[in-house]
Amino acid sequence: MTTAQIHDKLRSKSPDAAVPEMWETFKSDMKLVNPNNKRKFKIIVVGTGLAGASAAATLAELGYQVEAFTFHDSPRRAHSIAAQGGINGAKNYKGDGDSVHRLFYDTVKGGDFRARESNVHRLAENSVDIIDQMVAQGVPFAREYGGLLDNRSFGGAQVSRTFYARGQTGQQLLLGAYQQMERQVGLGNIKLWNRVELVDTVTIDGRCAGIVTRDLINGEVRSHSAHAVVLCTGGYGNVFFLSTNAMACNVTAAWRAHRNGAFFANPCYTQIHPTCIPQADETQSKLTLMSESLRNDGRVWVPKAVGDERAAADIPEDERDYYLERLYPSFGNLAPRDISSRAAKRAVDQGRGVGPLKNGVYLDFSDAIGRLGKDTVEERYGNLFQMYERIAGEDPYSVPMRIYPASHYTMGGLWVDYELMTTIPGLYAAGEANFSDHGANRLGASALMQGLSDGYFVLPYTIGNYLAPMLGKAVPGVDHPEFKAAETAARQRFQGYLDIKGTRSPDHFHRELGHIIWDYCGMERNQQGLEKALSELPALYDEFKKDLRVTGNGESVNQTLEKAGRVDDFFQLGMLMCRDALERNESCGGHFRSEYQDDEGEAVRDDENFAHVAAWEWNGDPMSSVRNVEPLDFTATHLATRSYK
Amino acid sequence: MSHLSDIKLKIWRQSGPDEPGRFEHYLVPSISDEASFLEMLDVLNEQLISEEREPVVFDHDCREGICGTCSLMIDGQAHGPQKGTATCQLHMRQYRSGAEITVEPFRAAAFPLLKDLMVDRSAFDRIVESGGYITAETGGAPDANLILVPKPVADAAMDAAACIGCGACVAACPNGAANLFTGAKLTHLNVLPQGQPERYKRAEAMVETMDSYFGSCTNHGECEAACPKEISIDVIATLNQDYRKAKFANRKTMARA
Repeated sequence: MTTAQIHDKLRSKSPDAAVPEMWETFKSDMKLVNPNNKRKFKIIVVGTGLAGASAAATLAELGYQVEAFTFHDSPRRAHSIAAQGGINGAKNYKGDGDSVHRLFYDTVKGGDFRARESNVHRLAENSVDIIDQMVAQGVPFAREYGGLLDNRSFGGAQVSRTFYARGQTGQQLLLGAYQQMERQVGLGNIKLWNRVELVDTVTIDGRCAGIVTRDLINGEVRSHSAHAVVLCTGGYGNVFFLSTNAMACNVTAAWRAHRNGAFFANPCYTQIHPTCIPQADETQSKLTLMSESLRNDGRVWVPKAVGDERAAADIPEDERDYYLERLYPSFGNLAPRDISSRAAKRAVDQGRGVGPLKNGVYLDFSDAIGRLGKDTVEERYGNLFQMYERIAGEDPYSVPMRIYPASHYTMGGLWVDYELMTTIPGLYAAGEANFSDHGANRLGASALMQGLSDGYFVLPYTIGNYLAPMLGKAVPGVDHPEFKAAETAARQRFQGYLDIKGTRSPDHFHRELGHIIWDYCGMERNQQGLEKALSELPALYDEFKKDLRVTGNGESVNQTLEKAGRVDDFFQLGMLMCRDALERNESCGGHFRSEYQDDEGEAVRDDENFAHVAAWEWNGDPMSSVRNVEPLDFTATHLATRSYK
Repeated sequence: MSHLSDIKLKIWRQSGPDEPGRFEHYLVPSISDEASFLEMLDVLNEQLISEEREPVVFDHDCREGICGTCSLMIDGQAHGPQKGTATCQLHMRQYRSGAEITVEPFRAAAFPLLKDLMVDRSAFDRIVESGGYITAETGGAPDANLILVPKPVADAAMDAAACIGCGACVAACPNGAANLFTGAKLTHLNVLPQGQPERYKRAEAMVETMDSYFGSCTNHGECEAACPKEISIDVIATLNQDYRKAKFANRKTMARA
């Protein structure tokens, strides 16, 4: 191991069994809480996306007292809603050779052998139950004429296992989970807090005792105690400023937990999605994804010649470079995301980019429209085409779409063990907020699967295993001095932003931060760039602390103040990301270090020294956090060079 | 890409629910025609912060038309002038230099104003809580393909389920009614085979909860015109039909008991 030590907190607690038997073994051996005793336990769920809503609903159905928190006006706004393409399930309904093992293997391979096998296998097993559950709840998945479920293909897979609801699969799944949760709210089993944001977690006597929140309407800071806390607070892709994440997505909950002792794993594993609408101007506030499912029928190309100024229609077939089909013939346009993104970047860097700013590549549907007819293409992708037309101002039925990679998802996150518990006992992390299932690269249609697996089918079991021995033991109340101290610190932090009275807005600093992270810790990284970032970031962060301007007050809605807190945490995370990227001297999945590539530009892993999770431990300053490792064993798969050729 | 100049904005400002509100006038000197309407407001807000003034509060999040967080009455139209478009997808290429634009919050008795352009739409959640779900607790679901759903039925359910819960229908309605929102959720669940066991109970509960917060529908049809997802007003017919049947069906059950 290079520059690392194995920490005894990083035991995965995967059951002692062969990988395919682990989950059954766990369920047979876990401790149970009697149905009548469940109401004696209170569980806080922060975030109401797929993971949070499904966890809150299921825990409440089981009989626990649940309090659910969202900073949105309604739980239904969570960003899971924006997922477009689909959700994987190893149903083998197409009879094309799919199985739990194959989904497991594809996910481990897609993650470039940097995920924990035990967690991934469980995910693949649960994928089957998720589809059943969501159909029972009334999710309007696409159907064949006979009434059976339809499937489509996604990147990194050679089977059709993706279930979808037009281009709005995330919306329909989230509304399904939200409705189950609202049912429990109506029954009085869940107390819902909306427009309330987590600002700290509280640990007392080595256990997570609750959270401190800030009410976004009136600024009120208050404590909430519980037997267990679950963070389902999403990823940190907005560290790049421009990303496909919603505007409010942030790292604060995970970061505050990290500062209180939860290890943060693999922050450098970020996914740059290949198919987003390119940036159009300098005021752009976010980027919009165009679902990967479009690559089922769209063909990616750029002109062969550098600086070709002709319109797409005027470029003859033999002067086009369908580079994914050329480089990766067996997967073609469905090559995995990391590989497709880098190929697009190279084409644009070579000067073969298209569009007014030469910052995109074409995703062309003319063949598909010719083959299938416009109606079929419209039925499959109509809402995506409409979305593109609204944003880009061009009609994709007649002019090829222009796409370019953008920050989309973060594989890194809070370190969790097999039971999804962080290194703080009683504090759990689920969905994108944890690190556990996708290794160094996530496959398409797997984020929805993971969120729902964690919330519906993992946490309801594993939390009971933690709570059972706590029966009859009192937990600290909100009048405990630790809660009071955390409240005071939170009030001071937010007052502090107001008191700086500098000259620059939080958005200004966020944009600058994003430039540095994108330039040096984006699609391609190298030692020199990362070191440069690590010298620039602390300086910019100091400027933030001295020159921030937040107008208004802390006692009524103040979106600038909310943003200030989030940008503060993004700065600290950004430094850790760059340090993690610098220490990982290999290329794997979304982490591509230009020093580590073969002659054809493909990633070169170093399994001898880096087949491990890097889990960072806070010690007061992100520039001096300590890197610990959890070694990864591969027993059900074998470490292979990832090839999609 | 070109730039528009001198966008004149008249925006509703109100510092809290019980404070008096007023229109204020602002000028955005220059904005790219590729910018979205909300990015234009971002530019205004940065300008206000640089002048040490408080930015305009407005709800927004995904900025791709799916989360339903954004709102705004733009020149008297919910989500602005472009049909089938949420405010966040409205782009400045729809406007000309020198345009004068009035921006107000969604106004309805059931959507109390919180600050500036931000309103509280949580009454929608109350409607869903009362019955906008299929009772299917985690764990007991049969194999997904055991439930056959004819494609036209799945398509009809999906058409209705596309609702993003933004509240434009309520804001556009002269009565502040929520029949399009409620009808959309009810139709989604009531046309599916999985939704049949609770069909009439659901209709009764959702309609009566809706009535306790919102105004009554008098078939103006403004809701359909304002809906960014172009949900058809047919869902209101389904709502009325199922509610009427529910009152009979449930009365019969009561008589039996």
